[in-house]
Amino acid sequence: MKTLLLQTRAALAVTFVFAVLLCGVYPLAIWAIGQAVFADKANGSLIVDKSGTIRGSSLLGQNFSGEQYFHPRPSAAGASGYDAAGSGGSNLGPTSQKLADQIRDRVAAYRKANGLAADARIPADAVTASGSGLDPHISMANAELQAPRVARARNLTEDQVRGLISANTDDGTLFGVLGRPGVNVLKLNMALDGLL
Amino acid sequence: MSNVDWFSFALYVGLVALITRPLGLYLVQVLDANGKTFLDPVVRPLELLTYRLMGVDHNEEYDWKRYTMAMLLVSAVSCVFTYAILRLQHVLPLNPQGLPALGEALAFNTAVSFTTNTNWQSYVGESTMSYFSQMVALTLQNFMSAAVGIAIAAALVRGIAWQSGEALGNFWVDLVRIAYYLLLPVCVVFAVFLVSQGVPQNFRPYDTARLVEPIRLADGTSVETQSIAQGPVASQVAIKMLGTNGGGFYNTNAAHPYENPTPLSNFVQMLSIFAIGSALTYYLGRITRNPGHGWAVWAAMMVMFVAAVVVCGAAESRGNPLHQALGLAVADGNMEGKEVRFGIFASSLFAVITTSASCGAVNAMHDSFTALGGLVPLFMIELGEVVIGGVGAGLYGMLVFVILAVFIAGLMVGRTPEYLGKKIGAYDVKMAMLSLLVLCGSILGFTAWASASEWGTAGLNNSGPHGFSEMLYAYSSATGNNGSAFAGLTATPANGDIRYNLTLGLAMLIGRFLMIVPILALAGSLVRKKVAPPSPGTFPVSGATFVVLLVGCVLLVGALNFLPALALGPIVEHFLNLQGRMY
Amino acid sequence: MGPAIVDSFRKLDPRIMFRNPVMFVTLVGAVLTTVSIFTSSPGPAGQGFVIQLAIWLWFTVLFANFAEAMAEGRGKAQADSLRKARRDTMARRIHNGVETLVAASQLDKDDLVVCEAGDVIPSDGEVIDGIASVDEAAITGESAPVIRESGGDRSAVTGGTKVISDRIVIRITAEKGNTFLDRMISMVEGARRQKTPNEIALTILLSALTLIFLLVAVTLKPFGAYAGVDFSIPVLIALLVCLIPTTIGGLLSAIGISGIDRLIRRNVMATSGRAVEAAGDVDVLLLDKTGTITIGNRMASAFTPAPGVTEHQLADAAQLASLADETPEGRSIVVLAKEKFNIRARELAEPHAVFVPFTAQTRMSGVDFLAEDGSAGKGGGAPAATTVRSIRKGAADSVKAYVQSNGGEFPDEVSKAVEAASRAGRTPLVVAERRRVLGVVELKDVVKGGIKERFAQLRKMGIRTVMITGDNPLTAAAIAAEAGVDDFMAQATPEDKLRRIRLEQAEGHLVAMTGDGTNDAPALAQADVGVAMNTGTQAAREAGNMVDLDSNPTKLIEIVEIGKQLLMTRGSLTTFSIANDVAKYFAIIPALLMATFPAIVPLNVMHLASPQSAILSAVIFNALIIIALIPLALRGVQYRPLGAVAVLQRNLLIFGLGGLILPFLGIKAIDMAIVALGLV
Repeated sequence: MKTLLLQTRAALAVTFVFAVLLCGVYPLAIWAIGQAVFADKANGSLIVDKSGTIRGSSLLGQNFSGEQYFHPRPSAAGASGYDAAGSGGSNLGPTSQKLADQIRDRVAAYRKANGLAADARIPADAVTASGSGLDPHISMANAELQAPRVARARNLTEDQVRGLISANTDDGTLFGVLGRPGVNVLKLNMALDGLL
Repeated sequence: MSNVDWFSFALYVGLVALITRPLGLYLVQVLDANGKTFLDPVVRPLELLTYRLMGVDHNEEYDWKRYTMAMLLVSAVSCVFTYAILRLQHVLPLNPQGLPALGEALAFNTAVSFTTNTNWQSYVGESTMSYFSQMVALTLQNFMSAAVGIAIAAALVRGIAWQSGEALGNFWVDLVRIAYYLLLPVCVVFAVFLVSQGVPQNFRPYDTARLVEPIRLADGTSVETQSIAQGPVASQVAIKMLGTNGGGFYNTNAAHPYENPTPLSNFVQMLSIFAIGSALTYYLGRITRNPGHGWAVWAAMMVMFVAAVVVCGAAESRGNPLHQALGLAVADGNMEGKEVRFGIFASSLFAVITTSASCGAVNAMHDSFTALGGLVPLFMIELGEVVIGGVGAGLYGMLVFVILAVFIAGLMVGRTPEYLGKKIGAYDVKMAMLSLLVLCGSILGFTAWASASEWGTAGLNNSGPHGFSEMLYAYSSATGNNGSAFAGLTATPANGDIRYNLTLGLAMLIGRFLMIVPILALAGSLVRKKVAPPSPGTFPVSGATFVVLLVGCVLLVGALNFLPALALGPIVEHFLNLQGRMY
Repeated sequence: MGPAIVDSFRKLDPRIMFRNPVMFVTLVGAVLTTVSIFTSSPGPAGQGFVIQLAIWLWFTVLFANFAEAMAEGRGKAQADSLRKARRDTMARRIHNGVETLVAASQLDKDDLVVCEAGDVIPSDGEVIDGIASVDEAAITGESAPVIRESGGDRSAVTGGTKVISDRIVIRITAEKGNTFLDRMISMVEGARRQKTPNEIALTILLSALTLIFLLVAVTLKPFGAYAGVDFSIPVLIALLVCLIPTTIGGLLSAIGISGIDRLIRRNVMATSGRAVEAAGDVDVLLLDKTGTITIGNRMASAFTPAPGVTEHQLADAAQLASLADETPEGRSIVVLAKEKFNIRARELAEPHAVFVPFTAQTRMSGVDFLAEDGSAGKGGGAPAATTVRSIRKGAADSVKAYVQSNGGEFPDEVSKAVEAASRAGRTPLVVAERRRVLGVVELKDVVKGGIKERFAQLRKMGIRTVMITGDNPLTAAAIAAEAGVDDFMAQATPEDKLRRIRLEQAEGHLVAMTGDGTNDAPALAQADVGVAMNTGTQAAREAGNMVDLDSNPTKLIEIVEIGKQLLMTRGSLTTFSIANDVAKYFAIIPALLMATFPAIVPLNVMHLASPQSAILSAVIFNALIIIALIPLALRGVQYRPLGAVAVLQRNLLIFGLGGLILPFLGIKAIDMAIVALGLV
């Protein structure tokens, strides 16, 4: 019994000490270092336009549907997609009728929007929702297919658009070993709008 | 899988192999009450002060019962602590969004989930948890449950190696030393690295961004802004990975760009999941003075790991024929639920790693994997997460299989089975089998209950065999203390039904503590045994034969029992998918 | 076999079945399936399928019972003949000098009985007076009578044996109903068989697996409710019975019984199964030199002549001196001389040749050839005056004294030869003719043929051999080297043995030894496996946990092998049993799901004809494999003296890989057969 009491005291004390040290001192230390050394990143890599308004985060995608914009991946986050306070995937499985229907509609829409042939193969990322619903990227192939439409809508040459694409491609993949390069849709579209 | 994929896979396995020995050697010092580390000048005084505050004699050694009691007590106390914070969230500080307190069932589920190192997310991080809850209630358990797991593994290894009569070490010393010398220092470095990659660490209220292109909704209204959840993410993510907790700051965990912004952060996170578990195999070899044994256990784990990655990676890059028939590029594989920056392979690799270990963090939605691709993570959990496994949990889970393998092999060579010179008796077999029985019973039992109940099927996001997979995955993950999910399953339904939260919580408690107690009893039984010197007649627990035997034992004894259930879920779904059936 | 079949049914008693959880679950499954024939409506497959399932489930149980009955049956026959020996014996009890006739079963410990020629010894005891020849055929099967006498190491008599000559008085040492014969009978019948530690551990493993698969089968029902598959009870029972380890579960007790039976057939009585199992674990053998490592007697091996003497002369003289010497040593000299120089053994019956026997005083023996008058020499000492030739052989110092007393000299070369022989572990005998030393005959211990290889095998198995001998260290070392033992104890006393056993045990070793004398008893009791010789004293027989009726110390090695074989058989069949499940899954799971999910057909890798035939084939295979493995269970897995890794690899390959593959072939074959027979 005495042992039990002593051990309970130890359990209470260690919980308290850990709470102070590991849940207080440690995160605050990281906060201090982060704010001092990587302030921009520590605050969410926010993109601020020339007027000083926050327009998004370079890490988070946004919805675009106008023809003058590159379109991001479909998103299942929030009611209208790309809800950065409510991330989420579709969680639809491989035999889901609903998912197949969605993909069928998106494929048709994508072909139509980008003037593709009825049997054109569509990049998978263009018609599937990401895991987070906030995927900032689209694949190179996807951007490539959208480039003519955007160029047309903006009266730019495709080469000009392609230049912006490569300027806004995030590639920290070590030659594709660690992951895949992706075109950052928000940054690309903001570059097109001249907001950056 | 492309050549680059193979290369990155080799790079990953190579790096895991590379850190195993140095980190293992460091663990030897950490897990020795009198061990020496380079941090001693700074940390030692803090460590001693902690013992003083706790009123613990750090030179005292505990037998298995006392060790168990201490472990249960600290788990109980910290669980109540976490529960209380979640219930009082609305009156506690650092709640810029003014989030309300969690309901009883959800708070219970979450507290249990983090105490048991499961970190199943019944909640949506960014819309449920205040910064304080994340930082204190959840992070505390991220450290605590990880340290407990490592301590248990150390106790079992000591039971195997020592002939001390009763003593297995001092639980409190193990707990404090693991937290202070291992978890905290690594986390500090890791968290700063994560911030450098773009993981936020702030206490800002959620930012509001003005959308570049406002969204016009079907009802004519338009959405002009994007609310961006912030928080002290980096410090939380570091320990969530290192401690194989896996509970995400945000709902979508490591798929969320804030939790896992770059391919590099992804790669390092994957390494951190396996780091301690892998090093513990070296610790095993070192403490038992049989380095070959530690490496053999490691090799057995890696054999299963590599096979699993190949199957999962192949299935995911082959993609879904159903979708490809609709016009998707075949070469792209199955991108539903995956992030572009990771691509197919890094997502498949992550899925296998997180379920091999009992981490449960996800960087892609397992629910949307192909049938076979999703079968692999589910299977890895049901193996008992003994492939590297959760910190500590993986090793002690694997050692149960080692004991069973040695038992059967010992008989096969015509001797009373002995493990590193200690005879395996009826009691040891009983405890080992008990821990397996508990896992199997909890997974199958709860899944059976849910699948035959209204409340069970009500929470599903998919129907047909995939719906069954969601339930099976949920209870496998909870019992295995993994925490990943076929996340379509809604455990906290709008109608307030609490049965998922309760049963999942129970499954986590069963999977954690009804597993640990027999294992500590096993440690207590082993430590009492005399070591018989090895001879050519003793079957060596290193080398290729042992690896084959151990893998066979894990597969046959650990996984066979789940085959019928898997057949009704992912296996049948695979064949239906090939035939074009949909639900 | 007939009684075994009857016994298989008798063993269906649930109270007996309950001891074996795996088969008990199978029994319950058989009962439930049988009941469901009458209670449930016939499914699409028809009632015939369920009836066949039920039949085969019953067979599964019966086959397992049959295996056990077979194993017991072999012992029973032996028990019956033993019982005959025990029956109706009357004892002549002496109490205060009065002799009364009582039934043997009435004898108490410490009663005195008298037995004369023709009497059956009523119970175990010790001869306290007299000497007799005893026929022990009833127990050992050996018809040659043995001598039993009071005092010394041959005083133990066993109840049921028969006195052939003379008269002895016996003090009874066995409690009522607990004589050696009683124990032997219950042992062979398996009545007193208790589960051994490893068997208990294995039973726990198998029970837990059974429980796990019970969960698997039971939860399939609600899983099916979700998936829209209605699993029928008989089909789930079929799945359950196929998955639980019935193969090893059904054969487990048969393996244990037959292990003991194999010992009995080698004329070794174990007092418990535990001892047999321990024998498999032994890693140190303490072996007595004489009789185990060397054949009992020393043999002449070389002639080393003294200067000026040819080897032929020496051999001739040595042979002459030994012609009448009936000791094995003497005879071996005759043989060696014949072999080396073709000197034929001559007839010593000539009246003028007189054999001079060995006496304790002279410590020499020899032969005197007399003059025609035929007067004899007296004793081994100085030859009579009329002697023509007088040859002596004996220990070096005795012969030296003899030669010097005759005025001769003992050459240095001979002294050196004597010394060299001693150093090499030989026993030197010096041969002399009056004052002339002829040379040295070396006698050596002869190591048994093949024993060195045997020890090498043991070493590979991880067993260390220690030779125990009363010889001096020099001799012992030489023999140890020749025999290839790992270690030896020279000039060992019983206390040394005991100390050595304790020492080895303290280091974690398990020790086996043989012994016969009373002073061996403590060591026999201390050893993990103590094999007492049946010729030994009662104390030794009580102290050991095995008795070798043949009193052959070499048998220890066989006992170890039998112990190992017992464990190997269990382990191998467990592996086989568990590995079988993979194929059974491939047979049954597609069969379970095919009706609802036709898409799963590709999983039917064996292309079994129909769901019913698939399930039935798996169940039939599961039942037949028990029958098929009974011979293996009774005979034991083949034992090879290899290292642990090699043995494991071999058994993993045969029983692990074999266990994976065989059922695929077997189930397919059965499926084809039952389809051809139109059973489904």
